[in-house]
Formats: sequence, C-alpha cells, structure tokens
Amino acid sequence: MRNYPFIQLILVQIRDFYREPAVLFWSFLFPVLMAWGLGIAFNKKTEVTKTIAVVFEEKQSIEIFEKQIAKANYENKLDSISKTYYYSFIYGNENMGITHFRLKPVSQQEAELMVKRGNSSMIIKLENGKLQYNFDNHNSEAQLSYLQLSSVFSGDALSPSQAEIKPITEKGTRYIDFLIPGLIAMNVMMSTMWGVSYTLIEARTKKLLRRMIATPMKRWEYILSHILARIVLCFVEATIIFSFAYYYFDITIEGSFLAFIVLFISGILAFSGISVLMASRTSKTQVGNGLINLMVMPMMLLSGIYFSYYNFPDIIIPFIQALPLTMLADGIKAIFNESAGFQQVWKYILVLNSLGLVTFILGLRFYKWY
Amino acid sequence: MVQMETQILELKNVFKNFKEVKAVDGISFSLKPGEFVALLGPNGAGKTTTVEMIEGIQKPSTGTISIMGLNWDHHEKKLHQLISLSLQETRFIDKLRAWETVQLFASFYGLNRNRVDEVLEIVGLTEKRKSFVENLSGGQRQKLALAIALLHNAPLMLLDEPTTGLDPTARREIWDILMNLKKKKNTSLILTTHYMEEAEYLCDRIIIMDKGKILAQGTLDELLSANNSKEIIEFSTNDIISDQLFCGQDVYKLIRDENTNRTKLIVKSIVDQLPVFLQKVKENRIVLSNLECRKLTLDDLFISMTGKHLGD
Repeated sequence: MRNYPFIQLILVQIRDFYREPAVLFWSFLFPVLMAWGLGIAFNKKTEVTKTIAVVFEEKQSIEIFEKQIAKANYENKLDSISKTYYYSFIYGNENMGITHFRLKPVSQQEAELMVKRGNSSMIIKLENGKLQYNFDNHNSEAQLSYLQLSSVFSGDALSPSQAEIKPITEKGTRYIDFLIPGLIAMNVMMSTMWGVSYTLIEARTKKLLRRMIATPMKRWEYILSHILARIVLCFVEATIIFSFAYYYFDITIEGSFLAFIVLFISGILAFSGISVLMASRTSKTQVGNGLINLMVMPMMLLSGIYFSYYNFPDIIIPFIQALPLTMLADGIKAIFNESAGFQQVWKYILVLNSLGLVTFILGLRFYKWY
Repeated sequence: MVQMETQILELKNVFKNFKEVKAVDGISFSLKPGEFVALLGPNGAGKTTTVEMIEGIQKPSTGTISIMGLNWDHHEKKLHQLISLSLQETRFIDKLRAWETVQLFASFYGLNRNRVDEVLEIVGLTEKRKSFVENLSGGQRQKLALAIALLHNAPLMLLDEPTTGLDPTARREIWDILMNLKKKKNTSLILTTHYMEEAEYLCDRIIIMDKGKILAQGTLDELLSANNSKEIIEFSTNDIISDQLFCGQDVYKLIRDENTNRTKLIVKSIVDQLPVFLQKVKENRIVLSNLECRKLTLDDLFISMTGKHLGD
C-alpha cells in the first residue's frame, strides 16, 4: 500500500488524541457530565421547594404571625435533622407548577446567614402587627417568592380569575434543549482551538516543525491535516454528546440534518482558521495557552451557551451576535429547536466560512516555519 | 576519460548575523563525496548556525552555499531529497510509536513500510519499534532520529551533535552505525560535536571553529603536524607563580586552568626547555605536585587556539 503523507499526518493527530487519557476525559466524558449535571439541575422542575427565614422578635408575635398566614392552610412540621419546626404549605397547581414553601422561624442572625448562603431568598418579620418582607430588589427569585407568598396569605392564590394556565409541553422549550446545542457548539470551539493551535505551537516549540520542514513534506498538507483530523474528532465528540442527550433527555434534531452538518463543519473551519492565525508566530506554549484562553473565555461567557445572551445590556447584544461561537450556537439551536434549515442558517454558514478562510490565509502568510 | 571530482558541498565566504551578533563570520570549506567531516568547537562557535544554513533552515546574510551545484534559492525541492539531517534537539511526538514516527517521515519521501523496517534494523531499534517515543531512552531517541535521517539514502547527511548527553555505551553504538555508513561510501557527512574523540574516530577531516570563524582545518595528522614542532610541559603547583617566570623565546604559550591548578607550557622542544624549566623551579623553590611532558594532542591544540575547553 502506498504511504500517503496526508493520511499519515492525519493519523498522527488522531493517534496523539486517543492515546492521551486526559484528552479523552476532557473531550468526551466532561461535556457529557456537564450536560447531565446542568440538565438535571435545571430540568424537571414542576415541583420546587423554597425555604424562607422568619424572625420573631417577641414571643407573642408568633400568634399574630400565624393569624396573618392562616389563609395559606399551613401545617406545622418538624425538620427531622435540625429538630425545629416550620410552617409548610403549597402554592400553585399542576398546570402552573407547584412550589412547596417552608417558613422557618429562626433568629435574626441565623436568618441573615441563610440569605447570605442562598438558603433563603428573603427574611419575613412582623412590624406593628403587619408582615414585612426583606429582600434584594434585584433578585427576581425573591420578587417571585414575595408575589407568591403575598397572594397565598391574602387567600387568592388559587383562584385565577381572568386567565387559564396551559403548560407548554412541546419539545425545544426546556433548558436542556437550549443547553445541548450550545454545548455542541462550544465543544467545536474548544476542541478546535486547543487541538489545532496547541498542536501547531507545540510542534514549533519541540523543533519538530523544523525537522519536518527539512523534508519534502508539503506545507499546506501539514496545516490542512490538522484541520481535517479535527473535523473527524469533532464529529466523534458531537456524536457522543448528542447520543447521550438523545437517550437521556430525548433531544432530537427538528430541522434539516444536512444544514446541521454543513453548519457544524463551517464552525470547525472558522475556529481552525483562527487557530492557524494564532499559532502562526507563537513559539512558546505558555504564550499560546494565554492566547487561546483570551479567545475562548469571553466567547464561553457571552455567546449564550449556559444562559441567554439577552440578559446582557441591549447595546452589546449586536457584538455578541457577531462572535463566531454565538453564530454557531444560534444556528445549531435554530436547527435543533426551531426546525430551521439552510434558509435560516445560510448567513451563519457564509460568515463562518469566510472568517475561516480569511484567518487561514492570513495565518499561512505569517506562518513561522523555522 | 578522467572524471572530474565534483564537490558535494561548497561554502564560500559565508556570513550570518543576528542583529549585533556575528554567528558565522566568513567561513569557506568544501566536502568531497563520501567524506566525513567534523565541525568541532565549543558552544556558541557557530556550528549549528553553519549546519542550519546548509540545511536551508537559515539563510546566510552573505556568501554562497552550493550542494551538488544546487542552491536553496532555486532548488529547494531537489535539495530536500539530497540532504538528510538530525537536528541538535528534536522531540518527536510522545504518543507515537517508534515505527509510526519513522513511517510518517517515510511518507514524505514516498517510501513504504519495508524501508521503515530496514532503517529501524540498521539503527538497532527493531525490538523497540512498538514502543512509544516517550518511553525511549536518550540514546534510543537519537537512534530514532538517525533512522529517519537514513531513510532516503541522501548523498549528504548533517548531524548536529548526535551524541551529546549520551552515556559512553550509547555513544559507541551511534558511532558504530555511522562507521557502517562510512564503509558504504555513498554518503558524505558533516557532524558537529564537542567531543574530540568523536571527531578523531569518525571523521576524515576536522574543522575547528570558534566565534564564527574557522581556526584550522585538515586531517588529524595535518592539524597536529602543522604544529608538530610544539610539545607540552604540563605541571601543577599550589604555589603562587607569575606567568612571566616561565615565558621565554622558545615557550610559545602558557595556559593556566584556574579550576584544576594546572599550567601548560607549549614549547618548541621538551629536550631543550625541560632543563630550563626545572632550573627555574629550583631557583624559585616551587613545589610541583605533578609534572608531565608529552606531544601536542588535538585537545591541547584546541585549547591553545581558543583558550577554552570544548565542553565550555
């Protein structure tokens, strides 16, 4: 069999990859664990429990407090661990979701600790015979609890007068539906940036590049082999994350599968181009490390992988949307959850490929071979 | 018809400057087919820069380098086939097996698996062929680099310090491989080293370099016979002596090694100078802890030319 340099170069990358146990963990197991953990933490929450700290300054205020919350139909329950009692009642119903409230009488000091530790979002006190809610008005969780509690205590919580609640059960609306496409996109970025940039820089540091360049090896074959190997590896990684999400969370691709494949490869090409450009002059792995982190970290936080980027101020949203990771993640989300096809994602495909091409050409132009 | 003897390699007046530093300061030499030449010199002598310019990795600031009549500006592709090399320090990919590493390089030359097995056999790595590079010893890694250099039977081979840092056994093994190569007479070799005995053992000709310049070149005999009117009186003493004391008309040079407390006198003739020397020792009541008289060696020659030891 003929010994093709291009195939050998790709094989080198793949062998180097699967023979490193740490790489296997970070590339395969870690994204799956992350999906699993976050999926569990933020999903299946039709029933939640909220603990609220209650502070009585005088003994007789207990009686007044109990009168105030009588409409909540509470029960007195004993916490088996701390051996203290609390008021237990529920808010909501099956359609809107059920919240179990636990109002826990504690001292002022304990109450403050509970808030600081995130055990309780607010402190309830009695002031001149009236309930007083103390909470951070920036905290939407606390605001919600306030609204829920005040309606329970006034007795109209379960009598929605004007509206009817119907739960949305369609696919694509859960947090995990938001998360998985983002994780797949982020994995493309991480795998490509570290895989391509780092390997290229390392070969230069180790003088392996020098040795190879002194042979008839074609330079474009060398660089291209890194990108092609990365496409193969990214597909394996994405397949593992997706299979897990499919079996565990019932995630499917609602839109065009072909558009997904093309967009996915476009993402790899975009990040490969950036990687080649970043690796073009760097001859120290430490510097490379810093450079890669500098590129990767902001995108990880901004691009709407874990939470929607609409939480950021309106003025910076257009910039966020121009980041390659945002484009890739938004595109994959649209295909997975909104039944999108080429018609909706062609712009992302075009921009990502152009970005990849321009950075790749620039990188080759400046590439330090010796 | 007499065939003209072509040069494998010719350097003419080659300079290489890095900003302020003159790494190579106007050197010229040539290499005949099948000839083994050592570039001998301390660190920073310009050996590696010279070799890398021949390899096409660096460009000379001025001067010409011609390899079988070709040069790097116009014949890069052909030259890659004509030269083979091992760099001073190349770290191959840790997680690749020995044979896979050779196979990768073989692919660049269009060579197949049989050749990979052949070169591994030549360097004695057949048993280690399946080992990961990271598990090879220093000597084995050098052999791997050598196997790669042997792959395509290039007429010119350049080895940059192939045995530095190896233990004597491993060094011997590398020498044996290179001696076998020499017997075949198909390959010319340039080897940089700071081991005198390596240059003596392997090479037909020795080029002594320091501070970017060639100080002397020739066969070992030529180098020594050019200086054959020089002999050595070497002594040690704990007494404080002035350099002036022993200098005289027929003492060419006095070299003192502060670390070992040894002083070398390079003299025209031991027979003439030893009595003079001993007379001075007696007159000044110097206590000698050691005294040695001998012919000049390559090592002495090197120290007398550069003022330093090779390993410095």
